[in-house]
Order: sequence, then structure tokens, then C-alpha cells
Amino acid sequence: MTAPAIELKGISKAFGPVQANKDISISVQPGTIHGIIGENGAGKSTLMSILYGFYKADAGEIFIKGQKTLIPDSQAAIRAGIGMVFQHFKLVENFTVLENIILGAEDGAMLNSSLGNARKELKHLAEEYGLNVNPDEVIENLSVGHQQRVEILKALYRKAEILILDEPTGVLTPAEADQLFRILDRLREEGKTIILITHKLREIMEYTDTVSVMRRGEMTATVKTSETSPEHLAELMVGRKVLLRVDKKPAEPGATVLDIKGLRVVDEAGVERVKGIDLTVRAGEIVGIAGVAGNGQSELLEVLGGFADGTGTITMNGAEIPLSGHGADGQARRAAGISHVPEDRQREGLIMEFAAWENTVFGYHHSPEIQNGLLMDNKGIYTEAEAKMQRFDVRPPDPKLAAKNFSGGNQQKIVLAREIERNPDLLLIGQPTRGVDIGAIEFIHQQVVNLRDQGKAILLVSVELEEILSLADRVVVMFDGHITGERDAAQTNEKELGLLMAGITDTSAVANGNGGNDTTQQEVPADG
Amino acid sequence: MDKMPKWADIVLIPLISLLLAAFFSALVILAIGENPIEALKLMVDGALMRSSGWGYTLYYATNFIFTGLAVSVAFHARLFNIGGEGQAMLGGLGVALCCLYVPWPHWSLAILGASVGAALFGALWALIPAYLQAKRGSHIVITTIMFNFIAAAILNYVLVELLRPVGAMDPASAKFPDATHLPSFQDMFSTETNKMFRGAPANVTFFLALAASVFVWLLMWRTKLGYQIRAFGHSESGALYAGISPVRITVIAMLISGALAGMMSVNTTMGESERLILNSTEGAGFIGIAVALMGRNHPFGVLLAAILFGFLYQGGAELALWTSIPRELIVVIQALVILFTGALDNMVREPLEKLFIAMRRRNA
Repeated sequence: MTAPAIELKGISKAFGPVQANKDISISVQPGTIHGIIGENGAGKSTLMSILYGFYKADAGEIFIKGQKTLIPDSQAAIRAGIGMVFQHFKLVENFTVLENIILGAEDGAMLNSSLGNARKELKHLAEEYGLNVNPDEVIENLSVGHQQRVEILKALYRKAEILILDEPTGVLTPAEADQLFRILDRLREEGKTIILITHKLREIMEYTDTVSVMRRGEMTATVKTSETSPEHLAELMVGRKVLLRVDKKPAEPGATVLDIKGLRVVDEAGVERVKGIDLTVRAGEIVGIAGVAGNGQSELLEVLGGFADGTGTITMNGAEIPLSGHGADGQARRAAGISHVPEDRQREGLIMEFAAWENTVFGYHHSPEIQNGLLMDNKGIYTEAEAKMQRFDVRPPDPKLAAKNFSGGNQQKIVLAREIERNPDLLLIGQPTRGVDIGAIEFIHQQVVNLRDQGKAILLVSVELEEILSLADRVVVMFDGHITGERDAAQTNEKELGLLMAGITDTSAVANGNGGNDTTQQEVPADG
Repeated sequence: MDKMPKWADIVLIPLISLLLAAFFSALVILAIGENPIEALKLMVDGALMRSSGWGYTLYYATNFIFTGLAVSVAFHARLFNIGGEGQAMLGGLGVALCCLYVPWPHWSLAILGASVGAALFGALWALIPAYLQAKRGSHIVITTIMFNFIAAAILNYVLVELLRPVGAMDPASAKFPDATHLPSFQDMFSTETNKMFRGAPANVTFFLALAASVFVWLLMWRTKLGYQIRAFGHSESGALYAGISPVRITVIAMLISGALAGMMSVNTTMGESERLILNSTEGAGFIGIAVALMGRNHPFGVLLAAILFGFLYQGGAELALWTSIPRELIVVIQALVILFTGALDNMVREPLEKLFIAMRRRNA
């Protein structure tokens, strides 16, 4: 057995009272893809930051190819052959690919020789690993998938032997994700070692050789992928048995609640984001909007929620609602029976510095039942908040705690409790489980389904295809501000939706009716 | 989890900052060859040990309460109102017009009328910067500073050209009618045998300032308007989501802020000089910023900080009177207090936070 490409022994790291990493040891063999999976806050990112020299571990040792190595900063990490591809790319948007690649690795004061060398090296890398990118293209003109390739190329150009990828598929279409994994496969065949950090069980199951599970700062298990199952991994992550699929009856749609006709939205920069869409949502159904982030879904929610202007007509329970001006703010929308769990709960749905109890009336602060003459009925709000937090299992159940001190999942539960218990006719819900741990996802999904079963209309926007497929009754796909297709959730699959998400409307080749449970991935047409 | 207990944030940090400021002030006094202990004794004696000293301390504190509250209300909406000085000047004009041109039967009615006048003028002077910020994005720091200069120029013009009585030489209005005379602490608390607050300018406006503190507390933490102001101040995107209009909140918060700053002039113009003079604000608008910072934008904190700064003002005057410490050095000491309690807050905060975290870990 060869020396492991990378080995961690007893790594610990604390931030104040929080023990982010506790005595972590792993060992990764060269030429393998090793997955690290865990909930938010389990300590994955901290561990990788230690490996890349951003943080200094309180205790523990790092061995690279059997050699004990100190990594005080990222330069040392690069020298040790570690390359990192961050979730949020670190590229200079108005530089070319080539300029980005040599940035920080220039040979001397003059750029020409570096650029020439890099061009040669890049051509070589492109041939070897199938990493094709035009070296003279400016970054901002590249698709997200190609930008990610530039990040990988940057690492390889710096002679990385170990590549760490942090949630690499979060921003990719399914087709782009497949291409990424094909590239990773090639890299593995060439003997590179890859560490893949993700919270997506499917990626772990399909592409990794071994997988480590983290929970609350500890490494709870390291297993061969072939010897485990998604259910088992989920259980290891959460610490109890988890229902991965939502348990729900078929929908019984009633009258049309929301009717959108010819909606157009132009953003502040003057770019048209929603380019004339028609959409209806009926009582008792969940309509899911799938699409890669940035294709107009957010703007659609913003107009419906009353914090962006649009043109077109929208009727709510048969009555037209204004799309701009004074009658189109969040207050008017709430009065019309629309509740909104916004995509970004930290910037929109909650005031992070406010206590939980104050947040339970946010947006409804005008409601007559919480006024006490000229003043707000703070005592009443507090008591009700306590009860709400009980009902929605918010932990810790302390209404006095500031919103910023709750975990992502519990923050989301506070928003959800507030919006669902208003008993709306229509619930808008954006990225309901982004940054939410698996245990809470189950609960949140169940609440949404319960609301549907009470005959309410629900419009769901999510970039997680799995979530759309398991929660929605009807799936609408958005691409570049248009609706590119509508499918019955029970009659479609990830591949078909993936094509629609890339703007390809001819999906006859992959359409099948096997109930949307298709998880075996075959070749998907590249790029399209 | 919060990094340290609340009491440390509200009590310990200002206290340590204050001690640091005192330490450096002592060094400065030593450097010019005076005895810092003696100086401190003189300040305490002059400002706190006699009722007349308190009479001055509380008079200054009244000004600082109003301007401190003004800054803190705007600050809750994340607006930095540096225009308290100008708003107070214009507030003085409102007081003067009310007192000179309305025949008040009794001071109790006059103070109400003058407060309304002061608040109205101060609010209007804050309205233009507020509107420019809300609608056109002109930065409120810049506009309010410039409006201070405009206010000073207007006041100068009005006093010299319009309000100056015929034949008078100094730029000041006529003396207000006797009916508008506000009871001073001396009038209120002295008995036949025991003269209290002799000659000190503190007057009934101090209680108006206390009422204003309670009003601001109720407004910010008990009404939905305050709720909206605070929500907007923490997160504009959150406010938009909740249907809180940024334009409306910006304008309202600045109107309240300007009104509070303007009301300071009830104390100076009606309570002390009893006529409108140039420069009656004496920089209290700017001290208000330090008071609000040190008071953590909470009315109770503002009250305490205002009394502290009142003490520094009065104690400083005593020093200038009885020692060879020049007047300018008093300003240096005041500046050191502002520097340590306001600007260098983090210098004390960060080590203290680390200390508390370390202590918690040892206990855990």
C-alpha cells in the first residue's frame, strides 16, 4: 500500500466556545475521489480551510505523501500540491482566462513570458484532461461551468496533486455537473487525488470511492462508497433515521388562485430578467419552478412579493393586483392573501439583530391584533412567539435570542412559522431548504405539504432539482426569463428537466414516465 | 451566541474607555506641569459638589440629551445626522418667533408653544437632507454638514437684518417677554433659608428632556413606527420585503431627529439667554454624536452620557477659571473622551470579547 496522498491526524479547531473540528483523522489514497459530507455547520469548510492554510489548527498534524507538512498560509498549501476550487469563484471578472491563471504565479516583473508559458501549459492541460476553455476569453463572458473549469485549471497550473472542491455543483445545470464529474474522472485516472465536499447524497453515491461523514465537528464515519447507501449516510449525518422523500398524497387542485399573464420584469441595471411568462397556480397544488439560479425565478418571486416592479397582469383570486407603485408593496401583497418565505432569509425574511419574537411579526407589524392602543402589544407577541416556536420545533425555543444566533434551519422555521400561520391563500416559497440541515428539511417539506392539503396554493422556487421533484405536483422550468416547459412532477425526471433548464425544449429522447425516481445517470448530450 | 454578556457591553466598555481617556488626559495635564489629581478634584468640586455646580452640569446635560437623542433616533434608521447643530440653530429661531410674537399668558403654555416651534423648525431643517437622501441618494452626512453652514448664515442674516431691535449693536433679538421666563432650578428648589442652584442656568427644560427620553424609548421599542425604523436600519432589503417604504422611514426618522435637535434651543434660548443670540448652540449638536455613541443609542444611555459630558463641560470651565490649564486643553480632554468612548470603541471591545470567550471556555 502506497503512502496516502493526504493524511490528517487529530485535527482540532475551536472558534471561541464553538468546537468546529474535534480530533479529526482521515487518510485519502492517491488517485481516488474522496467525498466529505455533512450538514451545514458540521465543520467541513473549517477542515478544508485548515488544509488550505486559512486557519491554523489548534492541534493535529497534516501529512502529504507521508511527509509531515506545515501549512501556515495558502502559498504553503500550493507548494504542497493542494489546489482549492471554492464555491464562490475567486476570479477577476474582467481579466481573460490566461490572465486569471497566471495571477499570483507570474514568473517575473514582465507579463509576456508568463503569458506565453501559460498558454503552452494550458494547451497541454486541455489535451490531457479535456479541460477546453478559450484562453483569451474574458471571464465575465464565460458560463458558470466554464468559469469553474478555469478555477480547476488554475489549480492544475500550480501543479496541484490534490484538488479540493467545495460544493462544486451548487451553481451548475445537471448537464454541466455531469461534465464536471467527467473531468474529475479523468483527473483521477491521471493519478490526482480529489476531495469533494458536498451535501448532495446523490453525488457522493455516484462519483466517490470513499466517503467521510461529519457531524457537529466530528468525523463520524469513513466508509467505502460501494458499501453504503444514501439512507445510511443520511442517518450518519443527522444522527437518526431520516425520511429522504416527502410522503404525500396526490394533489387535488381546486380553483385558480394565482394567474399570471405576460409578466415582464426589468431589473435595476435595465436588463430584462423575466421575458413575458404565463403561469397559474391553483388551490391545493404545489407548483415548482425549476431552473439554474439567475434565470428569472428570483425576480418572479420579488414581483409577486411586492418588492420589485413588473408589467403584465396578475390576478389573485380573480382580482387584479397592481405591479408597481404604492399598491404593490409587501403590505398590499399580504393584504391580498399572499405570504412569502423569501429566498434569502438572512437579508430579507428576518432582521438578524432582532430577537426571534420580534421577527415573528415582521411584515405583519400593522396587524390590528398585535396593537395595544398606540403601542405594540409586545407581551402578546412574545407569548404567541413562544407558542409558534413550540409548534414549529424551533431550537432553542428561546424567543429572546437574536435571529442571527439560530442555525439556518431554525431561522427558516421561524420564517415559515410566521408565514404559514397567517393562513395565506398563496404561499410563495423560495429556496426553502438552502443552507438547512437534512433533519430540518424533512420537517419543512412536511409543513409545506400540510398547507397544500388544507387547500392552499403554493408556488415553490428551488435550484435543487431533487427538492422540486419530491415536493412539487407540477413543475415549470425557467430558462433565460422564459418558461421552457411544464411537466407533471410524477411524469418527468431529472434528465428531462435538466435539458429544459439548459433551454432545450426537445426532450423526447429522455422523457420517460417512471415516476421521477430516476437516479441512474447515463450519458447526457454535452453542452447542447 | 453573543460574545459577551449584555452588562459588559453597556457598562464595562464605556467605563474602561472612560478610564483610558482619564489616564491620557492625566498625562496631558502632567505634561504641562499641572497636577492631574488636583485638576480632577477641582472638576468634581466645581461640577458636582455644590448645587450651583450641578445647576450648570444639568443645564449642559439638557442640551446634550436633546442632541444625543436626535442622533440616536436617526442612527436607528442607519442615518448619520451630523446636522444637529444647524437644526438646533433653526430651532432657536422657532423658539424666538414663538416667544416674541405670541402673547403667552403663562410660561407653562409658552414652553409648550416654543417646543412646538423649535421642533417644527428643526424638523423642517432636517427635511431637505432627508428628502435628498431618500429620493436622490445624496449622502446625508454631506448634506447635513452643509446645512449647518447654511443654518448659521441664515441665523446671522435674520439676527442682523430682521430681529435686531432698532439701535442695538449686537446681533441678537429683543429680550423675550417676562411671561415666557422659565422657572430655573433656583426658582423651583430654593427655600427662604436655603438657596439652591444659585445663579445656575438649569431650568425646567431639563424635565422636558427627561420626558423626551421616555418618549424616544416608547417610540423606538413600543410602537410599530419604531419597529419599522429599527428594521429599516438593520436591513434595507428586509424592509422592502416587509413592505416598509425606505423613503417614508428615512424622512420620518430625520423629521423626528431634527425636531429633537431643534428642541435643544428651548433650553438655551428660552431657558437661559431669554433672547435669540448667535452661537447659542456652542457645538452641542456635535457633542450629541459622542453622547449617542457612548449611550449606545439607547435613551437611558444617552441620559447618562449627557450628564457625563455636562460634567466635563462644567468641570472644564472650573479648571479654566482656577488653574493655569488653558481653555484649549479642556477641549483636548473632551476630545480624548470622545475619541476613546466613541471612535476607539473596538480597541476595548475586542480584547474584552476574547476575555469573556476564554472565561466561558474555562467554565465549560
